[in-house]
Amino acid sequence: MINWGNFISQCFNGLVLGALLALISSGLTIIYGTLGVLNLAHGAMFMLGGYAGWVAYTYSGSFIVGVAAGSLFVMLVGIVVERLIIRNFYGRPHEDQLLVTFGLGIVFVEAVRFFFGSLSKMTPPPSSLVGIMNLGFMFYPTYRIALLGIVAVALIALFVVLYRTRIGMIVRAGIEDAVMVDSLGIDVYKIFMLVFGIGAMAAGFAGIVNAPVVAIAPDVGEGILVQTFVVVVIGGVGSFPGAVLGGLIAGEIISITSMFDPAYSYVMLFAAMVIVLVVRPYGLLGTKGRE
Amino acid sequence: MSREKDSGVSRRTLLKAGAGLAGGTVLPMTFPAFSFAADEPPIGTWPEGSKGSSVTVSIAVPRTGTYASAGEDELKGWQLAVEHMNSGHPLMKKFSPKTTKGVLGKEVKIVVADSGAKPNTAVQAHQRAITENKAVLLTGSTSSAVAVATNKLAQREHVLYVSGISGSNDTTGKDCVRYGFRQNYYGQTAAAAIGPVLLKKFGKNRKAAFMTPDYTYGHTVTKSSGDYLKEHGGWTVVTDQVSPLGTQDFSQYLTNIANSGAEFLLNVNWGRDAVLSTQQAKQFGIIPKMTLVIPYQTPFLAKEAGAELTAGVYAATDFWWTLDDKYPLAKMFVEAFVKKYGYHPEWGAENAYVSFAHWSHMVHEAGTFYPPAVIKTYEKGETIPSLVGDVHYRPQDHQCVRPVVIVRGKAPKAMKNKEDFWEVLEVVPGAPLMQKPDAFGCHLGDYT
Repeated sequence: MINWGNFISQCFNGLVLGALLALISSGLTIIYGTLGVLNLAHGAMFMLGGYAGWVAYTYSGSFIVGVAAGSLFVMLVGIVVERLIIRNFYGRPHEDQLLVTFGLGIVFVEAVRFFFGSLSKMTPPPSSLVGIMNLGFMFYPTYRIALLGIVAVALIALFVVLYRTRIGMIVRAGIEDAVMVDSLGIDVYKIFMLVFGIGAMAAGFAGIVNAPVVAIAPDVGEGILVQTFVVVVIGGVGSFPGAVLGGLIAGEIISITSMFDPAYSYVMLFAAMVIVLVVRPYGLLGTKGRE
Repeated sequence: MSREKDSGVSRRTLLKAGAGLAGGTVLPMTFPAFSFAADEPPIGTWPEGSKGSSVTVSIAVPRTGTYASAGEDELKGWQLAVEHMNSGHPLMKKFSPKTTKGVLGKEVKIVVADSGAKPNTAVQAHQRAITENKAVLLTGSTSSAVAVATNKLAQREHVLYVSGISGSNDTTGKDCVRYGFRQNYYGQTAAAAIGPVLLKKFGKNRKAAFMTPDYTYGHTVTKSSGDYLKEHGGWTVVTDQVSPLGTQDFSQYLTNIANSGAEFLLNVNWGRDAVLSTQQAKQFGIIPKMTLVIPYQTPFLAKEAGAELTAGVYAATDFWWTLDDKYPLAKMFVEAFVKKYGYHPEWGAENAYVSFAHWSHMVHEAGTFYPPAVIKTYEKGETIPSLVGDVHYRPQDHQCVRPVVIVRGKAPKAMKNKEDFWEVLEVVPGAPLMQKPDAFGCHLGDYT
């Protein structure tokens, strides 16, 4: 299937695929960059956003309400989890943090399975975004094109919060040196709670906007988690622009490789990660010395 | 010197010998399990596993992951079968007439583990059940990768294994074992059953695209289906999009298919992969532009993807619940299942129930849990019932020779109730669908 038409189609598809990966990864990288916590429950939070949004959509019939509910619910979950659990693990070894977030992820997944079962649930897109659009070089689902715009707006919003507000400045300062920020009299714990909430919200938002593309199920976050880790490693741990760049690169690698041999799509993604780790261990836009 | 002493045999001794001879004649009929004791040295979990008042069956089934919904359906089928065995239910007696309560009078207990459709997890769970519970039977799969791995374990540990859902040709082909048996249909029989229907309906020299999960099930089903359509109808496979198990976004594969010029999409993906890929094919406009065919039907596909999507779709399957109007045993099974679980069983539950019922029959016929004796009873190839008519197991590869059911998706307005998703077109007899026993390289291995 190697021809120019298909190549252009796959490039475009890679852009859409990458945008979503960028959004999910940005939440993961913000949390890790600021708090130093590798949140293995991030995939489960992506799933929670999908389910919370689906429930809200089912009762309200509005996709917008579903998106708002999914995002805010997971933000709330993130804040509560940070306050009650994660906060007790900041000073503990990374292994403990991995275990507790891994455990949290299992609890979230099994709780959802208990209440909603294993059958997948579909959230339809808004009626205005149903259908297929002729892009000239290919037909493409209208909602997926809209998703590109939705994700772009969300990423810009995150960028503005992180780079154009006082809170964002504190967060970025916290990424560089949390002790220094604390010594300046700023309550870093409040900031940490907020950061965890924002990171979780990014995952939850991605979960519900992705729900019309990929029907949700309790395990939907598992595969996503692995991919987002790869994206963060490629882009640079703790770097928001790195997450965006890494996401787009990952999307293009997966998509374009499938044109040559679909069985090697993910092999090539991991190969790219290995190359980045060898050539630039701190990631493409990461800072040397940052964990 | 008495006469008795002269003869060297006392009256008491003579009576003892007579009683012994009589006992030796009667006992094999009454307690056959002990009659071959000298010829039946301990093997696997025998006799330890069946010494008490109960026997344990190990079930490793996916309750999480891509195949979770089908796994839960299967589990319900096994649970119902065990309940029927232990209570001597009339349906179980149809399969296994010697059943009174339990199997050979022993209560059947199950230990259940979540395999996640992962071979390592399943094998570890079974190994634990063998070691700790002395399990006399292993079951479960819902992934041929798991079935193949459990086959190897069963042969190594000398414990019988009846597979759950497994569609790969390899399960009773190149990876077959003496200790493994499969009741359900598989890639070869699915292709040979649905192929003629497709050729009759759509004609020759058409272009098909395949979507294939990247493991033994996917590759063998795609090969069997593609080969049949090529050889008998001159069809061309223009692309085969191979994806990992558990893929969620199929857009890159669908983009290739959209640009392939195919007229038919044969989706071999299974479980949630089948649901997602089918839904996304619709989003990309591939369906209905291309005609969707499901060579190996996945339980709950229509329920999850929606009847609008499966309307008019041709599929091959093991069982569909509306066959209850044609087969009395199917009617009994569907009624019992609906009463217990509140929904109509999918074919995972049917395969689970029937494979257990067949095992019960074989053990009762053998009169012992001694694995080689049970295996040899299977290998007699006796005609036994299933929910879709009489079947038998081939001694050469331990594959059940059974019909394949061809269905077509109903449009929502044609559905008589909310689970009336498929119309049964044909129940294709099994024997003509089978490959030669050695065609897929089966070498069963030893009994002991």
